[in-house]
Amino acid sequence: MAKKEIRKELKVSAIENGTVIDHVPSKSVYQVIRILNLLDYDNLLLIGINLDSQKMGKKGIIKVRNKFFKPAEINKIALVAPTATLIVIRDFDVAEKKQVSVPDKVEEIVKCFNPNCITNNEEMPTFFRVINKKEEDLKLRCRYCEKITAKDTMEFF
Amino acid sequence: MKNKSLISINDFNREEHIRILDLAEAFERQPTQQILDEYVVASLFFEPSTRTRLSFESAASRLGARLIGFSEPASTSLQKGESLRDTIRTISNYSDIIIMRHPREGSARFASEVADIPIINAGDGANQHPTQTLLDLYSIRKTQGKLDNLDIVFVGDLKYGRTVHSLVMAFCNYNTTFHLVSPEVLKLPSSVKIHIKDKKLTYHQYTDLNAVIPQADVIYMTRIQRERFSDPLDYEKVKNSYVLHNQMLEDAKPNLRILHPLPRVNEIAIDVDTNPMAYYFTQALNGVFIRQALLASILGVVE
Repeated sequence: MAKKEIRKELKVSAIENGTVIDHVPSKSVYQVIRILNLLDYDNLLLIGINLDSQKMGKKGIIKVRNKFFKPAEINKIALVAPTATLIVIRDFDVAEKKQVSVPDKVEEIVKCFNPNCITNNEEMPTFFRVINKKEEDLKLRCRYCEKITAKDTMEFF
Repeated sequence: MKNKSLISINDFNREEHIRILDLAEAFERQPTQQILDEYVVASLFFEPSTRTRLSFESAASRLGARLIGFSEPASTSLQKGESLRDTIRTISNYSDIIIMRHPREGSARFASEVADIPIINAGDGANQHPTQTLLDLYSIRKTQGKLDNLDIVFVGDLKYGRTVHSLVMAFCNYNTTFHLVSPEVLKLPSSVKIHIKDKKLTYHQYTDLNAVIPQADVIYMTRIQRERFSDPLDYEKVKNSYVLHNQMLEDAKPNLRILHPLPRVNEIAIDVDTNPMAYYFTQALNGVFIRQALLASILGVVE
Protein backbone atom coordinates (compact mmCIF):
# COMPACT_ATOMS: atom_id res chain seq x y z
CA MET A 1 0.00 0.00 0.00
CA ALA A 2 2.96 2.27 0.49
CA LYS A 3 3.45 2.26 -3.25
CA LYS A 4 0.00 3.72 -3.76
CA GLU A 5 1.01 6.89 -1.98
CA ILE A 6 3.88 7.46 -4.37
CA ARG A 7 2.28 6.31 -7.57
CA LYS A 8 -1.41 6.82 -8.11
CA GLU A 9 -3.45 3.76 -8.85
CA LEU A 10 -4.32 3.43 -12.53
CA LYS A 11 -8.04 3.98 -12.88
CA VAL A 12 -7.92 2.80 -16.47
CA SER A 13 -5.77 -0.28 -17.09
CA ALA A 14 -2.54 -0.08 -18.99
CA ILE A 15 -2.24 -1.40 -22.54
CA GLU A 16 0.71 -3.31 -23.90
CA ASN A 17 0.75 -1.71 -27.34
CA GLY A 18 -1.32 1.08 -28.81
CA THR A 19 -2.20 4.71 -28.25
CA VAL A 20 -3.24 6.64 -25.19
CA ILE A 21 -5.00 9.95 -25.70
CA ASP A 22 -4.63 11.78 -22.42
CA HIS A 23 -5.82 15.16 -21.11
CA VAL A 24 -8.99 15.15 -23.15
CA PRO A 25 -11.64 17.48 -21.69
CA SER A 26 -14.20 15.08 -20.22
CA LYS A 27 -17.04 16.61 -22.20
CA SER A 28 -15.14 16.01 -25.46
CA VAL A 29 -14.38 12.32 -24.99
CA TYR A 30 -17.40 11.17 -26.95
CA GLN A 31 -16.64 13.58 -29.82
CA VAL A 32 -13.02 12.41 -29.94
CA ILE A 33 -14.20 8.82 -30.23
CA ARG A 34 -16.53 9.76 -33.07
CA ILE A 35 -13.94 11.87 -34.91
CA LEU A 36 -11.44 8.99 -34.76
CA ASN A 37 -14.08 6.52 -35.90
CA LEU A 38 -13.58 4.38 -32.82
CA LEU A 39 -17.24 3.53 -32.35
CA ASP A 40 -16.77 0.52 -34.62
CA TYR A 41 -13.27 -0.35 -33.37
CA ASP A 42 -13.00 -4.10 -32.99
CA ASN A 43 -10.17 -4.24 -30.43
CA LEU A 44 -9.91 -3.13 -26.81
CA LEU A 45 -10.99 0.48 -26.19
CA LEU A 46 -10.75 1.87 -22.64
CA ILE A 47 -12.41 5.12 -21.72
CA GLY A 48 -12.10 7.17 -18.54
CA ILE A 49 -14.13 10.27 -17.82
CA ASN A 50 -13.79 12.76 -14.93
CA LEU A 51 -10.47 11.40 -13.70
CA ASP A 52 -8.56 13.67 -11.32
CA SER A 53 -5.91 15.70 -13.08
CA GLN A 54 -3.35 18.12 -11.66
CA LYS A 55 -3.31 20.11 -14.88
CA MET A 56 -7.00 20.18 -15.69
CA GLY A 57 -8.93 19.38 -12.51
CA LYS A 58 -10.94 16.70 -14.29
CA LYS A 59 -9.91 14.98 -17.48
CA GLY A 60 -10.82 12.24 -19.88
CA ILE A 61 -8.55 9.50 -21.19
CA ILE A 62 -8.89 7.09 -24.11
CA LYS A 63 -6.71 4.00 -24.55
CA VAL A 64 -6.81 2.16 -27.84
CA ARG A 65 -5.06 -1.21 -27.98
CA ASN A 66 -3.02 -2.00 -31.10
CA LYS A 67 -3.93 1.24 -32.83
CA PHE A 68 -1.40 3.80 -34.08
CA PHE A 69 -2.72 6.99 -35.63
CA LYS A 70 -1.31 9.02 -38.50
CA PRO A 71 -0.59 12.67 -37.53
CA ALA A 72 -3.25 14.00 -39.94
CA GLU A 73 -5.80 11.68 -38.39
CA ILE A 74 -5.02 12.48 -34.76
CA ASN A 75 -4.70 16.25 -35.27
CA LYS A 76 -8.39 16.40 -36.20
CA ILE A 77 -9.22 16.02 -32.52
CA ALA A 78 -7.40 19.27 -31.70
CA LEU A 79 -10.61 21.08 -32.69
CA VAL A 80 -12.50 19.57 -29.73
CA ALA A 81 -9.62 18.59 -27.45
CA PRO A 82 -6.79 21.11 -27.88
CA THR A 83 -5.24 20.02 -24.59
CA ALA A 84 -4.93 16.37 -25.63
CA THR A 85 -1.63 14.54 -25.35
CA LEU A 86 -0.89 11.62 -27.61
CA ILE A 87 1.14 8.81 -26.08
CA VAL A 88 2.34 5.90 -28.17
CA ILE A 89 2.81 2.73 -26.07
CA ARG A 90 5.07 -0.18 -26.99
CA ASP A 91 5.66 -3.05 -24.55
CA PHE A 92 3.94 -1.08 -21.75
CA ASP A 93 6.45 1.75 -22.20
CA VAL A 94 6.03 5.27 -23.54
CA ALA A 95 7.60 5.23 -27.00
CA GLU A 96 6.48 8.71 -28.02
CA LYS A 97 4.59 11.59 -26.46
CA LYS A 98 3.33 14.74 -28.09
CA GLN A 99 0.67 17.44 -28.04
CA VAL A 100 -1.99 17.47 -30.73
CA SER A 101 -1.96 20.54 -32.97
CA VAL A 102 -4.72 22.16 -35.01
CA PRO A 103 -4.32 21.15 -38.67
CA ASP A 104 -4.24 23.55 -41.66
CA LYS A 105 -7.31 22.00 -43.23
CA VAL A 106 -10.31 20.19 -41.85
CA GLU A 107 -12.23 17.67 -43.91
CA GLU A 108 -15.57 16.00 -43.29
CA ILE A 109 -15.84 16.25 -39.50
CA VAL A 110 -17.16 19.81 -39.14
CA LYS A 111 -20.52 21.03 -40.42
CA CYS A 112 -20.62 24.45 -42.14
CA PHE A 113 -22.68 26.79 -39.96
CA ASN A 114 -24.27 28.42 -43.02
CA PRO A 115 -27.63 26.70 -43.66
CA ASN A 116 -27.60 27.92 -47.27
CA CYS A 117 -24.17 26.39 -47.98
CA ILE A 118 -24.23 23.71 -50.67
CA THR A 119 -22.56 21.27 -48.23
CA ASN A 120 -25.73 21.34 -46.12
CA ASN A 121 -27.94 20.70 -49.13
CA GLU A 122 -26.13 18.11 -51.22
CA GLU A 123 -24.58 14.78 -50.34
CA MET A 124 -20.92 15.78 -50.18
CA PRO A 125 -18.08 16.16 -47.67
CA THR A 126 -17.20 19.52 -46.11
CA PHE A 127 -13.78 21.14 -46.44
CA PHE A 128 -12.35 24.04 -44.47
CA ARG A 129 -9.10 26.00 -44.30
CA VAL A 130 -8.13 26.87 -40.75
CA ILE A 131 -7.59 30.63 -40.74
CA ASN A 132 -7.12 31.06 -37.00
CA LYS A 133 -5.63 28.26 -34.94
CA LYS A 134 -5.81 29.98 -31.56
CA GLU A 135 -7.91 27.83 -29.28
CA GLU A 136 -10.20 30.58 -28.02
CA ASP A 137 -10.61 32.14 -31.47
CA LEU A 138 -10.63 29.11 -33.77
CA LYS A 139 -11.87 30.00 -37.25
CA LEU A 140 -12.50 27.80 -40.29
CA ARG A 141 -13.25 29.12 -43.77
CA CYS A 142 -15.54 26.92 -45.87
CA ARG A 143 -14.06 26.03 -49.25
CA TYR A 144 -17.53 26.28 -50.79
CA CYS A 145 -19.57 29.15 -49.36
CA GLU A 146 -16.40 30.94 -48.10
CA LYS A 147 -18.14 31.78 -44.81
CA ILE A 148 -16.28 31.50 -41.53
CA THR A 149 -17.38 28.91 -39.01
CA ALA A 150 -16.08 30.03 -35.63
CA LYS A 151 -15.66 28.08 -32.42
CA ASP A 152 -19.04 29.14 -31.01
CA THR A 153 -20.93 28.01 -34.13
CA MET A 154 -18.97 24.81 -34.70
CA GLU A 155 -20.95 21.59 -34.97
CA PHE A 156 -19.56 18.15 -35.67
CA PHE A 157 -21.09 15.43 -37.79
CA MET B 1 -6.64 31.08 -68.30
CA LYS B 2 -7.58 28.28 -70.68
CA ASN B 3 -9.93 25.75 -69.04
CA LYS B 4 -9.78 27.59 -65.74
CA SER B 5 -13.06 27.97 -63.84
CA LEU B 6 -13.99 31.38 -62.44
CA ILE B 7 -15.83 30.81 -59.18
CA SER B 8 -14.51 33.46 -56.82
CA ILE B 9 -12.82 36.74 -57.65
CA ASN B 10 -9.70 35.45 -55.88
CA ASP B 11 -9.38 32.54 -58.33
CA PHE B 12 -7.77 34.98 -60.77
CA ASN B 13 -4.75 36.95 -59.64
CA ARG B 14 -4.09 40.61 -60.34
CA GLU B 15 -2.34 39.91 -63.65
CA GLU B 16 -5.24 37.75 -64.81
CA HIS B 17 -7.76 40.45 -63.85
CA ILE B 18 -5.80 42.97 -65.91
CA ARG B 19 -5.60 40.55 -68.83
CA ILE B 20 -9.40 40.15 -68.81
CA LEU B 21 -9.90 43.92 -68.65
CA ASP B 22 -7.54 44.41 -71.61
CA LEU B 23 -9.37 41.75 -73.61
CA ALA B 24 -12.71 43.35 -72.75
CA GLU B 25 -11.39 46.62 -74.15
CA ALA B 26 -10.65 44.86 -77.44
CA PHE B 27 -14.18 43.41 -77.53
CA GLU B 28 -15.62 46.84 -76.82
CA ARG B 29 -13.88 48.11 -79.97
CA GLN B 30 -15.15 45.14 -81.99
CA PRO B 31 -18.03 43.35 -80.19
CA THR B 32 -19.12 41.01 -82.98
CA GLN B 33 -16.61 38.31 -83.95
CA GLN B 34 -17.30 34.74 -85.05
CA ILE B 35 -14.64 33.15 -82.85
CA LEU B 36 -16.78 30.74 -80.78
CA ASP B 37 -18.84 29.24 -83.61
CA GLU B 38 -17.53 25.75 -82.82
CA TYR B 39 -18.50 25.93 -79.16
CA VAL B 40 -21.60 25.10 -77.15
CA VAL B 41 -22.17 27.26 -74.08
CA ALA B 42 -24.54 25.97 -71.37
CA SER B 43 -26.36 28.68 -69.47
CA LEU B 44 -27.88 27.17 -66.32
CA PHE B 45 -29.98 29.53 -64.23
CA PHE B 46 -31.23 27.61 -61.21
CA GLU B 47 -32.74 30.88 -60.08
CA PRO B 48 -33.97 33.63 -62.37
CA SER B 49 -31.77 36.63 -63.16
CA THR B 50 -32.74 38.39 -66.32
CA ARG B 51 -29.96 40.95 -66.39
CA THR B 52 -27.01 38.63 -65.81
CA ARG B 53 -28.40 35.88 -68.02
CA LEU B 54 -29.11 38.13 -70.98
CA SER B 55 -25.73 39.80 -70.64
CA PHE B 56 -23.98 36.40 -70.78
CA GLU B 57 -26.16 35.15 -73.61
CA SER B 58 -25.59 38.36 -75.55
CA ALA B 59 -21.83 37.96 -75.05
CA ALA B 60 -21.90 34.34 -76.25
CA SER B 61 -24.15 35.14 -79.22
CA ARG B 62 -21.99 38.03 -80.40
CA LEU B 63 -19.07 35.61 -80.57
CA GLY B 64 -21.07 33.05 -82.55
CA ALA B 65 -21.42 30.37 -79.85
CA ARG B 66 -24.42 28.04 -79.68
CA LEU B 67 -26.38 28.28 -76.39
CA ILE B 68 -28.22 25.60 -74.46
CA GLY B 69 -29.73 25.77 -70.98
CA PHE B 70 -32.61 26.99 -68.89
CA SER B 71 -33.61 30.26 -67.29
CA GLU B 72 -35.44 28.88 -64.29
CA PRO B 73 -35.34 25.42 -62.72
CA ALA B 74 -39.08 24.65 -62.87
CA SER B 75 -38.74 22.86 -66.20
CA THR B 76 -35.72 20.72 -65.26
CA SER B 77 -35.12 17.39 -63.55
CA LEU B 78 -34.23 19.28 -60.37
CA GLN B 79 -37.95 19.32 -59.80
CA LYS B 80 -37.73 15.54 -59.75
CA GLY B 81 -35.11 15.73 -57.00
CA GLU B 82 -31.97 15.27 -59.07
CA SER B 83 -28.78 16.22 -57.25
CA LEU B 84 -26.68 19.15 -58.47
CA ARG B 85 -23.82 16.69 -58.92
CA ASP B 86 -25.78 14.62 -61.47
CA THR B 87 -27.19 17.65 -63.29
CA ILE B 88 -23.73 19.16 -63.76
CA ARG B 89 -22.11 15.86 -64.78
CA THR B 90 -24.76 15.30 -67.42
CA ILE B 91 -24.71 18.79 -68.86
CA SER B 92 -20.92 18.84 -68.95
CA ASN B 93 -21.23 16.08 -71.57
CA TYR B 94 -23.32 18.36 -73.77
CA SER B 95 -21.28 21.57 -73.70
CA ASP B 96 -17.82 23.15 -73.61
CA ILE B 97 -18.35 25.59 -70.76
CA ILE B 98 -21.05 26.11 -68.13
CA ILE B 99 -22.33 29.47 -66.92
CA MET B 100 -24.35 28.91 -63.79
CA ARG B 101 -26.37 30.80 -61.22
CA HIS B 102 -27.64 28.89 -58.21
CA PRO B 103 -29.31 29.97 -54.95
CA ARG B 104 -26.99 27.88 -52.72
CA GLU B 105 -23.68 29.36 -51.61
CA GLY B 106 -20.72 27.26 -52.75
CA SER B 107 -22.71 25.51 -55.50
CA ALA B 108 -20.45 26.84 -58.24
CA ARG B 109 -17.26 25.65 -56.51
CA PHE B 110 -18.84 22.23 -56.06
CA ALA B 111 -19.90 22.18 -59.73
CA SER B 112 -16.32 22.97 -60.79
CA GLU B 113 -15.17 19.89 -58.86
CA VAL B 114 -17.63 17.49 -60.49
CA ALA B 115 -17.54 18.88 -64.05
CA ASP B 116 -14.67 18.20 -66.42
CA ILE B 117 -15.30 21.45 -68.28
CA PRO B 118 -14.81 24.98 -66.90
CA ILE B 119 -17.53 26.75 -64.90
CA ILE B 120 -18.21 30.47 -64.76
CA ASN B 121 -20.04 31.45 -61.60
CA ALA B 122 -22.87 33.86 -62.41
CA GLY B 123 -23.82 34.14 -58.73
CA ASP B 124 -24.04 31.54 -55.97
CA GLY B 125 -26.52 32.73 -53.35
CA ALA B 126 -25.09 35.57 -51.29
CA ASN B 127 -21.53 34.40 -51.87
CA GLN B 128 -19.76 35.40 -55.10
CA HIS B 129 -20.57 37.06 -58.39
CA PRO B 130 -17.12 37.48 -59.93
CA THR B 131 -18.20 38.65 -63.39
CA GLN B 132 -20.00 41.58 -61.73
CA THR B 133 -16.75 42.37 -59.92
CA LEU B 134 -14.74 42.26 -63.14
CA LEU B 135 -17.18 44.58 -64.89
CA ASP B 136 -16.96 46.93 -61.90
CA LEU B 137 -13.14 46.86 -62.14
CA TYR B 138 -13.44 47.51 -65.89
CA SER B 139 -15.81 50.43 -65.33
CA ILE B 140 -13.55 51.97 -62.70
CA ARG B 141 -10.37 51.59 -64.75
CA LYS B 142 -12.14 53.05 -67.78
CA THR B 143 -13.41 56.10 -65.90
CA GLN B 144 -10.43 56.72 -63.62
CA GLY B 145 -7.66 55.59 -65.96
CA LYS B 146 -6.16 53.43 -63.19
CA LEU B 147 -7.02 50.98 -60.42
CA ASP B 148 -4.33 51.95 -57.92
CA ASN B 149 -4.52 54.59 -55.18
CA LEU B 150 -8.24 55.32 -55.40
CA ASP B 151 -10.61 56.43 -52.64
CA ILE B 152 -13.65 54.22 -53.05
CA VAL B 153 -16.83 54.84 -51.10
CA PHE B 154 -19.18 51.89 -50.59
CA VAL B 155 -22.69 52.86 -49.54
CA GLY B 156 -25.72 50.98 -48.26
CA ASP B 157 -26.05 47.33 -47.36
CA LEU B 158 -22.44 46.34 -46.81
CA LYS B 159 -23.34 43.35 -44.70
CA TYR B 160 -25.28 41.24 -47.18
CA GLY B 161 -24.30 42.81 -50.51
CA ARG B 162 -22.14 40.24 -52.26
CA THR B 163 -21.10 42.64 -55.01
CA VAL B 164 -19.60 44.84 -52.31
CA HIS B 165 -17.75 41.93 -50.69
CA SER B 166 -16.21 40.77 -53.97
CA LEU B 167 -15.27 44.27 -55.09
CA VAL B 168 -13.65 45.07 -51.73
CA MET B 169 -11.63 41.86 -52.02
CA ALA B 170 -10.56 42.68 -55.57
CA PHE B 171 -9.50 46.22 -54.61
CA CYS B 172 -7.34 44.84 -51.82
CA ASN B 173 -4.82 44.24 -54.65
CA TYR B 174 -4.65 47.94 -55.55
CA ASN B 175 -3.56 50.10 -52.60
CA THR B 176 -7.10 51.36 -52.14
CA THR B 177 -8.50 53.52 -49.35
CA PHE B 178 -11.91 52.13 -48.42
CA HIS B 179 -14.73 54.35 -47.11
CA LEU B 180 -17.57 52.25 -45.78
CA VAL B 181 -20.90 54.03 -45.29
CA SER B 182 -23.74 52.00 -43.80
CA PRO B 183 -26.22 51.81 -40.94
CA GLU B 184 -24.76 50.19 -37.81
CA VAL B 185 -26.62 46.93 -38.43
CA LEU B 186 -25.39 46.62 -42.03
CA LYS B 187 -21.64 47.14 -41.56
CA LEU B 188 -19.12 45.20 -43.62
CA PRO B 189 -18.61 41.77 -42.00
CA SER B 190 -15.31 40.96 -40.35
CA SER B 191 -14.80 38.04 -42.75
CA VAL B 192 -14.35 40.65 -45.51
CA LYS B 193 -12.45 43.20 -43.39
CA ILE B 194 -9.86 40.49 -42.75
CA HIS B 195 -8.79 40.84 -46.40
CA ILE B 196 -8.28 44.62 -46.01
CA LYS B 197 -6.29 44.11 -42.81
CA ASP B 198 -4.19 41.34 -44.39
CA LYS B 199 -3.00 43.80 -47.04
CA LYS B 200 -2.46 46.52 -44.40
CA LEU B 201 -4.80 48.90 -46.24
CA THR B 202 -6.88 51.64 -44.64
CA TYR B 203 -10.61 51.65 -44.15
CA HIS B 204 -12.93 54.17 -42.52
CA GLN B 205 -16.47 53.48 -41.38
CA TYR B 206 -19.22 56.09 -41.39
CA THR B 207 -22.93 56.25 -40.84
CA ASP B 208 -23.26 59.58 -42.68
CA LEU B 209 -22.78 59.75 -46.44
CA ASN B 210 -22.42 63.52 -46.96
CA ALA B 211 -19.12 64.01 -45.18
CA VAL B 212 -17.19 61.56 -47.32
CA ILE B 213 -18.33 62.65 -50.82
CA PRO B 214 -15.63 65.34 -51.40
CA GLN B 215 -12.81 62.73 -51.04
CA ALA B 216 -14.37 60.11 -53.31
CA ASP B 217 -13.05 58.94 -56.67
CA VAL B 218 -15.79 56.33 -56.91
CA ILE B 219 -19.10 56.00 -55.06
CA TYR B 220 -20.47 52.47 -55.21
CA MET B 221 -24.13 52.62 -54.22
CA THR B 222 -26.19 49.61 -53.14
CA ARG B 223 -29.79 49.10 -52.17
CA ILE B 224 -30.90 48.78 -48.56
CA GLN B 225 -33.63 46.19 -48.31
CA ARG B 226 -36.42 46.50 -45.80
CA GLU B 227 -36.33 42.77 -45.05
CA ARG B 228 -32.80 43.08 -43.63
CA PHE B 229 -34.17 44.84 -40.55
CA SER B 230 -35.80 42.86 -37.77
CA ASP B 231 -37.42 46.04 -36.48
CA PRO B 232 -39.28 47.99 -39.20
CA LEU B 233 -38.74 51.18 -37.18
CA ASP B 234 -34.98 50.81 -37.65
CA TYR B 235 -35.52 50.70 -41.38
CA GLU B 236 -37.68 53.81 -41.33
CA LYS B 237 -34.92 55.64 -39.44
CA VAL B 238 -32.19 54.93 -41.97
CA LYS B 239 -33.95 54.49 -45.29
CA ASN B 240 -33.55 58.07 -46.44
CA SER B 241 -30.06 58.68 -45.10
CA TYR B 242 -28.48 56.74 -47.95
CA VAL B 243 -30.23 58.34 -50.89
CA LEU B 244 -27.94 60.20 -53.25
CA HIS B 245 -29.28 63.49 -54.64
CA ASN B 246 -27.70 65.70 -57.26
CA GLN B 247 -27.16 68.61 -54.86
CA MET B 248 -25.01 66.38 -52.63
CA LEU B 249 -22.48 66.17 -55.48
CA GLU B 250 -21.69 69.90 -55.61
CA ASP B 251 -18.38 69.53 -53.76
CA ALA B 252 -17.38 66.29 -55.45
CA LYS B 253 -14.07 65.85 -57.26
CA PRO B 254 -14.50 66.23 -61.05
CA ASN B 255 -13.31 62.66 -61.66
CA LEU B 256 -15.94 61.16 -59.35
CA ARG B 257 -18.11 58.46 -60.93
CA ILE B 258 -21.18 56.86 -59.38
CA LEU B 259 -21.63 53.14 -59.82
CA HIS B 260 -24.48 50.84 -58.87
CA PRO B 261 -24.85 47.11 -59.64
CA LEU B 262 -28.56 47.72 -60.44
CA PRO B 263 -31.49 47.30 -60.10
CA ARG B 264 -31.90 50.60 -58.33
CA VAL B 265 -34.96 51.40 -56.25
CA ASN B 266 -34.73 54.87 -54.74
CA GLU B 267 -31.16 55.07 -53.41
CA ILE B 268 -30.06 57.24 -56.33
CA ALA B 269 -32.51 60.04 -57.10
CA ILE B 270 -33.54 60.36 -60.75
CA ASP B 271 -32.00 63.86 -60.88
CA VAL B 272 -28.54 62.26 -60.66
CA ASP B 273 -29.09 60.36 -63.93
CA THR B 274 -28.29 63.39 -66.09
CA ASN B 275 -25.19 64.30 -64.09
CA PRO B 276 -22.07 63.30 -66.08
CA MET B 277 -20.84 61.61 -62.91
CA ALA B 278 -23.61 59.00 -63.18
CA TYR B 279 -22.11 55.88 -64.72
CA TYR B 280 -24.42 53.02 -63.69
CA PHE B 281 -26.09 52.43 -67.04
CA THR B 282 -22.82 52.32 -68.97
CA GLN B 283 -21.48 50.05 -66.22
CA ALA B 284 -24.17 47.48 -67.10
CA LEU B 285 -23.20 47.59 -70.79
CA ASN B 286 -19.58 46.89 -69.87
CA GLY B 287 -20.75 43.53 -68.53
CA VAL B 288 -21.15 42.19 -72.07
CA PHE B 289 -17.51 42.94 -72.99
CA ILE B 290 -16.20 41.41 -69.77
CA ARG B 291 -18.22 38.24 -70.37
CA GLN B 292 -16.99 38.05 -73.96
CA ALA B 293 -13.42 38.31 -72.67
CA LEU B 294 -14.02 35.54 -70.13
CA LEU B 295 -15.66 33.14 -72.58
CA ALA B 296 -12.97 33.67 -75.19
CA SER B 297 -10.02 33.31 -72.83
CA ILE B 298 -11.37 30.35 -70.83
CA LEU B 299 -12.28 28.50 -74.03
CA GLY B 300 -8.75 29.26 -75.21
CA VAL B 301 -9.53 31.05 -78.48
CA VAL B 302 -7.56 34.11 -77.40
CA GLU B 303 -4.30 34.10 -75.49
